[in-house]
Amino acid sequence: MTSQHESAPALPEKHYLSGAWSPQDWLLTKDHKRIGILYLVGISIFFALGGLMAVLIRMELATPSGDLMPADVYNRVFTMHGVLMVFFFLIPSIPAVLGNFLLPIMIGAKDLAFPKINLLSWYIYMIGGAMTFYGLLVGGIDTGWTFYTPLSSGYATGPVLTVAVGVFIAGFSSILTGLNFIVTIHRMRAPGLTWFRLPLFVWGHYATSIIQILGTPVVAITILLVGAERLFHIGVFDPKIGGDPILFQHLFWFYSHPAVYIMILPSMGVVSEIIAAFSRKKVFGYKFVAFASIGIAVLGFLVWGHHMFTSGQSLYAGAVFSFITMLVAVPSAIKVFNWTATLYKGAIAWDTPLLYALGFIGLFTIGGLTGVMLGTLGFDLHVHDTYFVVAHFHYVMVGGAILGFLGGLHYWWPKITGKLYNEFWSKISAGIIFIGFNLTFFPQFILGYLGMPRRYHSYPEEFQVLNILSSAGASILGIGFVIPVIYLLASLANKRYAGNNPWGAVGLEWQIPSPPPTENFETPPVVTDEPYTYPQPDEKEAPVGV
Amino acid sequence: MSVHVAPLKTYIYVFLALMFFTVLTVGVAFVNFAHHAPKGIGNVLNDAVAMSIALTKAVLVVAFFMHVKGSTKITPVVIWGTLIFMVILFVFTGADYLTRPMTTFVPVMSQ
Amino acid sequence: MSENSTLAHHFDSYAQQKESASLGMWVFISQEIMFFGGLFLAYTIYRWRFPEAFAYSSNELDIGLGLFNTIVLIGSSLTMALAVRNAALGEKNGTVRNLILTMLLGSVFLVVKGFEYAHKWQHHLIPGPNFQFSGPDPVHAQLFFVLYFSMTGLHALHMIVGLGILAWLTAQAAKGRFTPENHNYVEGVGLYWHFVDIIWIFLFPLLYLFGRHHLT
Repeated sequence: MTSQHESAPALPEKHYLSGAWSPQDWLLTKDHKRIGILYLVGISIFFALGGLMAVLIRMELATPSGDLMPADVYNRVFTMHGVLMVFFFLIPSIPAVLGNFLLPIMIGAKDLAFPKINLLSWYIYMIGGAMTFYGLLVGGIDTGWTFYTPLSSGYATGPVLTVAVGVFIAGFSSILTGLNFIVTIHRMRAPGLTWFRLPLFVWGHYATSIIQILGTPVVAITILLVGAERLFHIGVFDPKIGGDPILFQHLFWFYSHPAVYIMILPSMGVVSEIIAAFSRKKVFGYKFVAFASIGIAVLGFLVWGHHMFTSGQSLYAGAVFSFITMLVAVPSAIKVFNWTATLYKGAIAWDTPLLYALGFIGLFTIGGLTGVMLGTLGFDLHVHDTYFVVAHFHYVMVGGAILGFLGGLHYWWPKITGKLYNEFWSKISAGIIFIGFNLTFFPQFILGYLGMPRRYHSYPEEFQVLNILSSAGASILGIGFVIPVIYLLASLANKRYAGNNPWGAVGLEWQIPSPPPTENFETPPVVTDEPYTYPQPDEKEAPVGV
Repeated sequence: MSVHVAPLKTYIYVFLALMFFTVLTVGVAFVNFAHHAPKGIGNVLNDAVAMSIALTKAVLVVAFFMHVKGSTKITPVVIWGTLIFMVILFVFTGADYLTRPMTTFVPVMSQ
Repeated sequence: MSENSTLAHHFDSYAQQKESASLGMWVFISQEIMFFGGLFLAYTIYRWRFPEAFAYSSNELDIGLGLFNTIVLIGSSLTMALAVRNAALGEKNGTVRNLILTMLLGSVFLVVKGFEYAHKWQHHLIPGPNFQFSGPDPVHAQLFFVLYFSMTGLHALHMIVGLGILAWLTAQAAKGRFTPENHNYVEGVGLYWHFVDIIWIFLFPLLYLFGRHHLT
């Protein structure tokens, strides 16, 4: 990208990073930007821990026999992988890092509505994470990340209570972030910034926040009840006194299905921003994309039973859940089609963020379509609890959520740090991640279809070729995740200043200096335009930007 | 900024109404409506009456003590929105239980 | 603490600050409703499944104490509402007086609740190995008491937290930190306290009253 509009860009003298750097200036900061950085540190730690667990899993599965670790240890490894990745990386990743940093700027506000609560949510997150990490250190738990009863409440060994309470606590961090976002979006918008002038990133986060507010407390009380049942050896899910373990699954999935959309909706928001910026076009069908976010959030609450087709749930309820699951494909497809239409005849700039966004579209589509397959009652009975399911949700969570996160991180990195990263290595690593990811998880679709069950440390020999492919892909994927860490950190030492708007993008965040000043805006902005008003070739408008 | 404050007597009246409904709900709890109603619906009549009274009391508290009357438009949206998702939780879970063969519900009858 | 009676730096006006605080509190209550929602769902399903066990268990509760506590708690809601009203009018002494009354009534509720719990302990109504129940279906009666202790326990926990916040709020009010322009903390704590009251308004009939008519 070469559309630099400044004559001689130079790092601004005062910005949010230039202030005091003593520990309390960071640990007691109320600046949403610094809190975003704190979250970035937090989720990176837990991603590394969860990734380490993934390495162990793929090493074990390279050979058919369970030779690296006993089954019991393997159970603990995949459980901790799931718990760490879901509750401590995926759910907070985009909202708490990029959302925290950008949402107030995008709506022209000086901060989130409740800065102290924002800081509190980070501490709650870290306390929950510390408890889970402690649980990992003393041996981990083997319940699976889903904590199904009666295994979790009665039979599982290990620090289940500690990890459950850790997850319970972290849930409130998610709730408080959602609360902050909802109030901020409602009350803090700049003059002239009507709902339909909001960037789609903001719409995505609004939909996400709704889920965080309405879903998370339900899983919180559920986990609390499991913890109590474990502690007192009697509880509401205990079949000995007439309790129903399937009720646990209802309550758990009432949150945990929509939780998938907590991971993917912010990612979709990121992709909308990137696609518009790098095709120099207004997002096609803006209102449809905006309402599709809300539609996905609402429909997401009506489909949880598709996780329970084989649980003993009523067949009639299963059929209803199956049918509604198909409906989720509609708003999801609207988004995919509209992004594609946005790219059509756009002035495409092949920068790294766009590579991630394109990767997202392809991989999310595969993840989404296999989700429709799994939502079909009959097919699910065949592949339930096989690697087909594992492949499906990794396409959504890694191919969707993580690629979106990386795309957003690359897109806004110059804004966050004021520095440009190495173009060459960023493109190489985007390619490596794409290849490594597909090599890891596509064979798992086949494995699952052939009947390889998940959650076992050994498997019949005929599955070995595909498993070796998958493990090899995982090594490539791992390298792909390490390279960005190196060049992004190296970019901090870079002397070259990124400029306010290295991509020539529109949006309030690109009109302020990089890194932004502590108060974000020197004078409160007034918005007079629709979002994504990129000058079109046939229009003779001056480029928008600073 | 003008300060809107409801008169003292509003609060007193609401409190008295809440007291009335509290005593009422205890009183009718001892009446078995099933004896006075057609077969079939009689069993749920007591529950329905008790829950209606509780709902009425909740509405009084929300409307007057929590100042939803006279607050911004978004407050009722938040309340109704939450209730809708609560209904979703109950209806879809209930749909499972009402149509499930009950042998799968109570696996062990001890003693 | 300086935010109590001033405009926080990131807001443009008192109105914006007040509306943000109000919406924030309502969204918080929204998540609280869903939090209790899981318990209410469990109660509904198990009561529907085991009506007899639940009816007889319900009759073990002391309806007199339940009624007394309901009156006390609604009374505390009244004094809380009056405290908010006083704060809005800038009446410092009235605010403090009504907040103290609210705390007193809340404490009475908890003390009575404590006596009820002790009574259950003495009569072996704590679910577990020592559970003894003379009515029919003692196995599933335990489910009722698990729910009884979960629901009332969680409610009581909310009240204990509320009392702590009220103590802080009273100290702030006594220092004259609240003005008619900004008494958002009083409003917010008020909303929380009324929410806790509403939970009890539902718990009372569900736990204490639903089984009574079976005996008539």
